[in-house]
Amino acid sequence: MKYLDEYRDEALARKIVEEIRRIITKPWVLMEVCGGQTHSIVKYGLDRLLPNEIELVHGPGCPVCVTSLEMIDKALAIAQEPDVIFCSFGDMLRVPGSRNDLLILKSRGADVRVVYSPIDCLKIARANPAKKVVFFAIGFETTAPGNAMAVWQANRQGIKNFSILVSHVLVPPAMASILQSPLNRVQGFLGPGHVCTVMGYREYEPIAERYKVPIVITGFEPIDILEGTLMTVRQLEAGKAEVENQYPRVVSRDGNRVAQDLVNKVFEVGDRKWRGVGSIPKSGYKLRYEFHEHDAERLFDVREIDTKEPEIATIVREGDVVLMPQGYHPNVAAPGGSINFLWMMAANREREDRKYGVFNVQPEFAPK
Amino acid sequence: MCLAIPGKLIETSTDANGVRMGKANFGGIVKQVCLEYTPEVEKGDYVLVHVGFALSKVDEAEAARTYQALERMEQLTELDIPDVADDGAAIEASVSINGKDLTDWTGRTGAPSSRVA
Repeated sequence: MKYLDEYRDEALARKIVEEIRRIITKPWVLMEVCGGQTHSIVKYGLDRLLPNEIELVHGPGCPVCVTSLEMIDKALAIAQEPDVIFCSFGDMLRVPGSRNDLLILKSRGADVRVVYSPIDCLKIARANPAKKVVFFAIGFETTAPGNAMAVWQANRQGIKNFSILVSHVLVPPAMASILQSPLNRVQGFLGPGHVCTVMGYREYEPIAERYKVPIVITGFEPIDILEGTLMTVRQLEAGKAEVENQYPRVVSRDGNRVAQDLVNKVFEVGDRKWRGVGSIPKSGYKLRYEFHEHDAERLFDVREIDTKEPEIATIVREGDVVLMPQGYHPNVAAPGGSINFLWMMAANREREDRKYGVFNVQPEFAPK
Repeated sequence: MCLAIPGKLIETSTDANGVRMGKANFGGIVKQVCLEYTPEVEKGDYVLVHVGFALSKVDEAEAARTYQALERMEQLTELDIPDVADDGAAIEASVSINGKDLTDWTGRTGAPSSRVA
């Protein structure tokens, strides 16, 4: 289509890479926030096109990956209830909870359905008045307007058998959390283009200023990502830390005010648990009390479910080995990422010598 | 579900419950789209759609401007001017970037495009 193919132009991509190569003088660590951006980087091999000075760290922006173990367990508990039709985006079906996943429940007879849009659940609810239709409302700010609209319309149209299990997460608190970590190495961000389509980018300005990091709101096509990288490197090389917009064809500084208004009517900001990270203050949305009739957590009384997250949480890179004393292993990777498991028993004196955490394998020993 | 994709609006309507809806064409696949968040869009516009909701009109002028600005960079960075060798002759630019080929670029395989400087 028009203005899509242009952003995949190979010759232009090479020009941008050459320009990055021309201006870069030292190594920089950049994080692309969105899973969608990670997907493009891996799909088009952009990480291998870029000069070696640039290290891309994959960010937390995949809603499937960051949904807490506890929330998956709640979803599984609800989906097993009689008379429930449990609706979800397809990519949540295989995400494991403590014991099983939604697909396993479906194979055992639970009515688990994949929907394209939360608003489709309203049709399912209208067509099945004797059933309780629950939608697994995961996602970042991009998805919040859709979920807010589904609740708003259910409330307005008197669809009482529709509820949502809210597991919404917000990008700025997650970025701040990364930047506050003593282990942080990220020096610049490719900001989340579609989150900012909804929210605008005002709220990133204090982050750039406080933590002295450039944040370039970036799109998802290969040209977008390369240009976003170029803009970030330009700032880093010039010692700047500003918010810039690489993606003005859909992102404005104020975002979509109509969508923000409805999101704020339906949701309020609250603490949220992130998978493998634990609770981050004010990092998610929860339903406002006015909509408690559509709050699945309350209706099915799963609020008591309190699954503990593993304690080690840190950024892992290609070639890292993660060594954990106990518990479950992380089996969800960012899109495009791969994870291999290796059990290590290599300590002379167990208590004194064994260390847990993340280790980088020396390149000469890394699998080719 | 993470992605939002641009589609061309081919129909707008209001459903039985008073919700503004439409149909968008995504490269041949036509899907229903809720237009409540984009009251300004009309049939023929490009919209950015996420989980069945149009979140933004894709500004065609802005898209074109961005693209042109990127194209202009070719001249700005003077990348098209060949380097000069010791004997004064122009060195033809290589078709590979530091030995990296582009085999996984949009699924195209083999040698990089001849358009590449």
